[in-house]
Amino acid sequence: MYLGLLILKKHTLMQHYSLFSLARNALSHHTGWPKAWRSPPLGSEYDVVIIGAGGHGLATAYYLAKNHGITNVAVLEKGWLGGGNIARNTVTVRSNYMRDESIPFYVKSVELFDGLTKDLNYNLMHSKRGMLDVVQTYSKMREIRHRMLAMDIYGSTYEPLSVDEVRRRVPSLTGGGAGSRLPVLGGYFHPDAAVNRHDAVAWGYARKADDYGVEIHQKTQVTSLLRDSDGHICGVETNRGTVRAKKVAVAVSGHTTTLTDTIGLKLPLRTFNLTAYVSEPLKPFIDVVVNCPDIGVYFSQSDKGELVIGGAPDPGQSFRRDIKQNVFEDSVCAMLELFPSFKRLKLLRQWGGHLDIAHDASPIVDQTDIPGLFVSAGWWGGYKAIPAGGYTLAHFLATSTPHKLIEPFGLGRFRHLEFVSEAGTTTAR
Amino acid sequence: MLMINCPFCGPRSEAEFAFGGPSVSRRPEKPDDLSDEDWVNYLTVVPNPMGPVRELWWHARGCGAWVELERDTVKHDIVTRPEYVK
Repeated sequence: MYLGLLILKKHTLMQHYSLFSLARNALSHHTGWPKAWRSPPLGSEYDVVIIGAGGHGLATAYYLAKNHGITNVAVLEKGWLGGGNIARNTVTVRSNYMRDESIPFYVKSVELFDGLTKDLNYNLMHSKRGMLDVVQTYSKMREIRHRMLAMDIYGSTYEPLSVDEVRRRVPSLTGGGAGSRLPVLGGYFHPDAAVNRHDAVAWGYARKADDYGVEIHQKTQVTSLLRDSDGHICGVETNRGTVRAKKVAVAVSGHTTTLTDTIGLKLPLRTFNLTAYVSEPLKPFIDVVVNCPDIGVYFSQSDKGELVIGGAPDPGQSFRRDIKQNVFEDSVCAMLELFPSFKRLKLLRQWGGHLDIAHDASPIVDQTDIPGLFVSAGWWGGYKAIPAGGYTLAHFLATSTPHKLIEPFGLGRFRHLEFVSEAGTTTAR
Repeated sequence: MLMINCPFCGPRSEAEFAFGGPSVSRRPEKPDDLSDEDWVNYLTVVPNPMGPVRELWWHARGCGAWVELERDTVKHDIVTRPEYVK
């Protein structure tokens, strides 16, 4: 038994993915591929426990091991790896934010995403295709111009486009003419934006973190957080027993308060359901992410040819993962105003994901009032933030001081009423 | 979609209503007597249970009344009957 543990603890020999490994494995009819990560037995104590094997949790584990050499880490996942919001989003990566606090953080995330395929040795199918904002009101035009000037300071870009140029780049944009209720006034192009493959992000981070010695435990639901007599965090209770750790990071999206409620910690977070849907596959006809902020809908075309369409969240708090008919209809009707030819499209799938939104709609990455308990929450569209979120949380966990990129996103901003109200948070609204 | 029982119009589709936000506790009578923590909690923290929450809905495309109800965040069932808010 002890020997078995030692062997499992040992560095695994991860296979490097390359054209040669593909050719070599083709000879054995692809039956010889090693597992991408282990399934070790659950230990009783770790240096760090990360709750949630989603994008942020796995990225945190990876950067903890890679940048800080902390590998005695367990990532605990209630369901299966990468089955939460990282599988329930619209894979848009961008840095078109408004505030001095936000832009550098997302610029860092875009930069990390751009190099991630190489870094993880995992093909993320990263496609830096840019995002085109179709503008239909003068207030939105002014707001994006404001963002353009702010972003320019921090190395992110918006380029103004004429109506003709917008229509040339997106030929299917045939609505929004002079006689319509909201005529197209122009556009802005954000060349830093990209889309990639969400599963690959989760699997790539998991595979590399596992290679460093991090343990990923699926089907391991944390039921409550545990404190010692000093009030310090000392571990978590799971459906598979108690796991002790002096540092616990909560990266569970919509269920942050469900966990922090178990030790009476109040956080300014509310959980919402954000929905998306996918059309039948079509031949390639749109090569940018198209965002229509005035009508609250955005979409891109996937490698399979499907339109991946995102809209508005449900109005009230929700822990559901389905889609509300009226919210869905609102987004579809709005989209058809600008893209009437989409009327004949069949929609294949729809999904929702619950995420928590902080009081000021900016993320919260901080050590809470309970020493040793860290939260990474309020990711209102957190897919794009995965690399930088994991990078900075790992820094915080390892050094006990916040990385300068997330310093503005601490809980102290609520105490001092210094909110980071962010207009660039959602693509849609 | 919700079916909200408007006190004046009877059961109406959610599409006729605009969401009015969570129904939070009343402003404390004497804010100066509160600790900073309690004041910040009053300003920023809204209960976020997997269960009933109190919220306001405005019958914007109907009679214009504001109603307060309790809705379950998991099942989306309306738990207590909407009441007219004066």
